[in-house]
Amino acid sequence: MTPDLRGFELDADIGDNGSHDPVAAVLDVLGQAFGVVTEPGAPGSGARQHTWLDTFDWRLNRADLVLEYEHRNRGGRLLLTRDEVLQAEQPAPSWRTGRPRLAEDLPAGPVRDQILKLASPRALLPMATASGSLSVTRLLNADGKTVARLVVDRSTVTRADQAVPLPPRLAIAEVRGYPGQARRAARLLAGIPGAHAAHRSAFLETLHALGRHPNDYSNGVTTEITAQMPASVAVATLLLGLLDTLEHNVDGVLRDIDTEFLHDLRVASRRTRSAIKMLGDVLPDGLAARYAAEFKWLGDLTTPTRDLDVHLLGFGAMAAQLVAASPADLEPFRAFLARRRTREFRRLAAGLRSPRFRALTDHWRKALTEVRDAGRPRKGPTADELAVSRTGRVFRRVAAQGGAITADSPPESLHNLRKRCKELRYVLEFFAPLHDPVAYRKVVGDLKQLQDCLGEFQDSEVQRHEIGALADAMLAERAAPAATLLAMGEIVANLAHSQAEARADFAQRFTRFAGPAGQQRVRDLLHRPAR
Amino acid sequence: MKIYATYNIKGGVGKTTAAVNLAYLSAADGYRTLLWDLDPQGAASFLFRIKPRVKGGGKALIRGTKALDDAIKGTDFERLDLLPADFTYRNMDLILDGALPQKPGKRPTRQIAQLLRPLAGEYDHVFLDCPPSISLVSENIMHAADVLLVPLIPTTLSVRTLDQLTEFVAGFEGKKPQIRAFFSMVDRRKRLHQEITEKLLAERSGVAATPIPALSLIERMSVERAPVTEFAPRSQAALAFRALWAEISAEDKTGADE
Repeated sequence: MTPDLRGFELDADIGDNGSHDPVAAVLDVLGQAFGVVTEPGAPGSGARQHTWLDTFDWRLNRADLVLEYEHRNRGGRLLLTRDEVLQAEQPAPSWRTGRPRLAEDLPAGPVRDQILKLASPRALLPMATASGSLSVTRLLNADGKTVARLVVDRSTVTRADQAVPLPPRLAIAEVRGYPGQARRAARLLAGIPGAHAAHRSAFLETLHALGRHPNDYSNGVTTEITAQMPASVAVATLLLGLLDTLEHNVDGVLRDIDTEFLHDLRVASRRTRSAIKMLGDVLPDGLAARYAAEFKWLGDLTTPTRDLDVHLLGFGAMAAQLVAASPADLEPFRAFLARRRTREFRRLAAGLRSPRFRALTDHWRKALTEVRDAGRPRKGPTADELAVSRTGRVFRRVAAQGGAITADSPPESLHNLRKRCKELRYVLEFFAPLHDPVAYRKVVGDLKQLQDCLGEFQDSEVQRHEIGALADAMLAERAAPAATLLAMGEIVANLAHSQAEARADFAQRFTRFAGPAGQQRVRDLLHRPAR
Repeated sequence: MKIYATYNIKGGVGKTTAAVNLAYLSAADGYRTLLWDLDPQGAASFLFRIKPRVKGGGKALIRGTKALDDAIKGTDFERLDLLPADFTYRNMDLILDGALPQKPGKRPTRQIAQLLRPLAGEYDHVFLDCPPSISLVSENIMHAADVLLVPLIPTTLSVRTLDQLTEFVAGFEGKKPQIRAFFSMVDRRKRLHQEITEKLLAERSGVAATPIPALSLIERMSVERAPVTEFAPRSQAALAFRALWAEISAEDKTGADE
């Protein structure tokens, strides 16, 4: 089998030619079969710095894409690869990688085209940087013709102010029309003791050297709990995981890098409140009750900015739906939202920098760590017993509340049901590792459909009222031209239409989730074989 | 994709050195460039150290049993590829003549143009280095080319040849290549060279102002096996080719020949 033409790595101690340069040992071997000429100034050679970019939650990596900014003396370019195969590239001469940048703010080009949908509305952040040089050696046949090239990449990363060299990476580049010679060179290279196929890409190698790994952040519930864990330990572990997520996002919120830091912080906070409400009684000494009010404060602190973010994020789509009014009519509304957001963000940032917030996270962490590390209490349920009893309880509540909703029920009844559904979703996610994966997917799939419908209903309702309140505020500030108010009125009408559609869908979606078949799916999920 | 062909009915007038150096400069300017060595002597292939051999020979290429794409070799230079010569190209007239068996009596004069068409997405410039003759091959080349680059040694007979070529091309139906002559192997010490150069430049359009001098460094290309523009980039010879390419490519950019 032909070794891969790309990607070899060298151990540092290969070669016995006294030069202590592992690449020199490779050139010795290749020199026996080819003429070997280093090519200073060859295209692609010279000093360079790579910075790999991704969103904070690794959206590109999750789509198997790697985005790299390569900086050389003459400028920079963005390279998008999948499995080390180039998908797109574009020049990006003035990119300052240290400064996060929204995907939509990239200059137009094929890389932007491919990542925009995937990354938005998140910013691209530097995940890893390596500096070094690339050298090119020509491999010649008997006529002195270049028939392949050896490309050597020597890079270092900086970790804790120390330069850490990465293993040299080698590749054989094929010259068109001479594939056999490139394969021959690759075979020779593969046969050198200490040279081996690179088992990870340059990106992963660099991340590894920096002590990181891809997907080291996720906004999901990733805590590993086991069935036989004491319930108090499981809940404390779970809450510590949520606290980690919350704290990971604080810096991004304060630097206002993108809107999703606040979104993820709020989700972690909401999950915490739900866990406190539904599972907090297994924690000792009324701990949960003491913190419930503080997490409510945190939720209230973050709501105004997030609501404005939602308006601004959806602005383009909202404007595109206008039929009677023109999108330009809405510009004063957008400017008003942006001004409000600036003001609200200042309040939010002050809150997150306050001693109250610091005390909340520090004390909460300390208290939870004590519970987790205390080990097994003398009595109390296991994690699995808690999962079965609480999931069943919340499901019954959803079924009862939803079953009571008729065509004449007020919007509040659907709002309340939405809250119960969120609680059910969270409790399912908390204990996901304890459930049968197939049964879990079936229940969550149907629940998600119902939640989408309730979300559309309530979000439309809330936005309609908010737009009304914002219109009042704009009038009070004399910032509302008539055309803008009319356009806002059209948006409210569109929202009312969406809300009516969601209302019409409700009965069918609820029956699918909580009707007899749905109830059986939940029973299957919570069934535990008798021990 | 723009196709240039270095053509002259006479041999030894500097067609190959021009094709090799202009193709090199085109690639150095950033254009994806292909040079097709159509001369069975394979001088351009030799200069790029590429074996003058195509699997299946010229017949396989013309009949389409081997795609042009598969026969292309990378040179040592970025963006510059070469389609090598093959000794069977000496029978190219016969091969072309038998290319349209289903249409007896029709002269196949556009086969080379058709063969090159699929390469349009891959190359910006193609240079055809043609064998010296007036034949079915050269007629094919004239139909394929956008620009005929005609090296002229400044003699009365050369000028006559240019006139004949101009007249021949004028008789084409449909698309006609632009004729761009340039003085080649000019010896400034020869009074006749000077006189003819000045006269032709004054009287005729379509003649490049930059002459390529007769220099031993250009002959040295066969020893170095590389374009003079590459191994002696600051030499008088290299500067002359560079100036000639600047003249030719300036027209390309302004679209004067469109």
